[in-house]
Amino acid sequence: MSKDLTLEEPLGKVIVVTSGKGGVGKTTTSAAVGAELARRGHKTVVIDFDVGLRNLDMIMGCERRVVFDFINVIQGDAKLKQALIRDRRLENLAVLPTSQTRDKDALTKAGVEKVLDELRKEFDYIICDSPAGIERGAQMAMHFADEAIVVTNPEVSSVRDSDRVLGLLNSITDRAGKTGAEPVKAQVLITRHDKSRVDSGEMMTVEDVLEVLAVPLLGIIPESKAVLRASNLGVPVVLDDPSAAAAAYEDAVGRLIGEQIEMRIAADPRRGLLQRLFRRAV
Amino acid sequence: MFGFSLRPRKAASANTAKERLQILLAHERSGSGGARPDCLPQLQREILDVIRRHMQIGDEAIDIRMERGDELSSLEINIEFPGKLGVN
Repeated sequence: MSKDLTLEEPLGKVIVVTSGKGGVGKTTTSAAVGAELARRGHKTVVIDFDVGLRNLDMIMGCERRVVFDFINVIQGDAKLKQALIRDRRLENLAVLPTSQTRDKDALTKAGVEKVLDELRKEFDYIICDSPAGIERGAQMAMHFADEAIVVTNPEVSSVRDSDRVLGLLNSITDRAGKTGAEPVKAQVLITRHDKSRVDSGEMMTVEDVLEVLAVPLLGIIPESKAVLRASNLGVPVVLDDPSAAAAAYEDAVGRLIGEQIEMRIAADPRRGLLQRLFRRAV
Repeated sequence: MFGFSLRPRKAASANTAKERLQILLAHERSGSGGARPDCLPQLQREILDVIRRHMQIGDEAIDIRMERGDELSSLEINIEFPGKLGVN
């Protein structure tokens, strides 16, 4: 994004990472997408909307530095600047943690809107990490979104829940309610894709999932050991050692910001006999 | 010798995960180490009140940083004054 001082800076884009179903990779995706955007030079903030079950901080590795949170800001107990945690690896990246002690009722529509409006002025991208479910927290995370990344596993309950979430994006969001506004631009990100199981017919193909959901595909993230390792270490997967999952997230972020990148299904190389004998710690 | 071992060696990242959890949960459970939930907004207000008895500072002049550690936690409080000291 060019910074022309004579013109007013464009406002940042709000992107919700959502899924309905839990455990499909929303937080992993929020951390990876946020980190990759920041690495590409875009000012990015990732917000945890899962009030009461704070976890984005652990995945981003800043859990020991949380002082104030999103709810403190909404309730006026802290300024936004005081609650933002600046990433130590990437200067363009910040995290807005959520509260571990409150409940979802603390998220008010007016409060969320005020915080997002303030963030739009400072950041190019605002990534909203939605909680699972379709209750208040998830609805607040998607309400002011310009775009949505719907994280889906190639598995029946996940696809069904994604369909439900796509319906909500088209009906209950701010953009859905405004006449003349473009609808939320929703794209599917397929995660935990296992090519060998797809090839053997045990897992739905990408085409199967897209046929059911009928929205554009943002990317295909392969099942990868790198994801658990990154979570263990508190490092977004794109900032850890190279892996198929990291490469797939890099491609997905390229597409998210409008690059034409051919869709590919990556997989980590299988370990050879020698590597297994001389097992390297991962 | 050649990194070869019959015992399954525990992967390094799993140890990191366990250590991170132990440190974090110890703080969350005990509420000690300056991390009692929600005490920080109050602490911030009280610090501002005390300083305002002597100087004029704004609400945004205070910045509190925390680093929770295994043995030791630290709280870093920065207070910015206006260019000319606003002493009463």
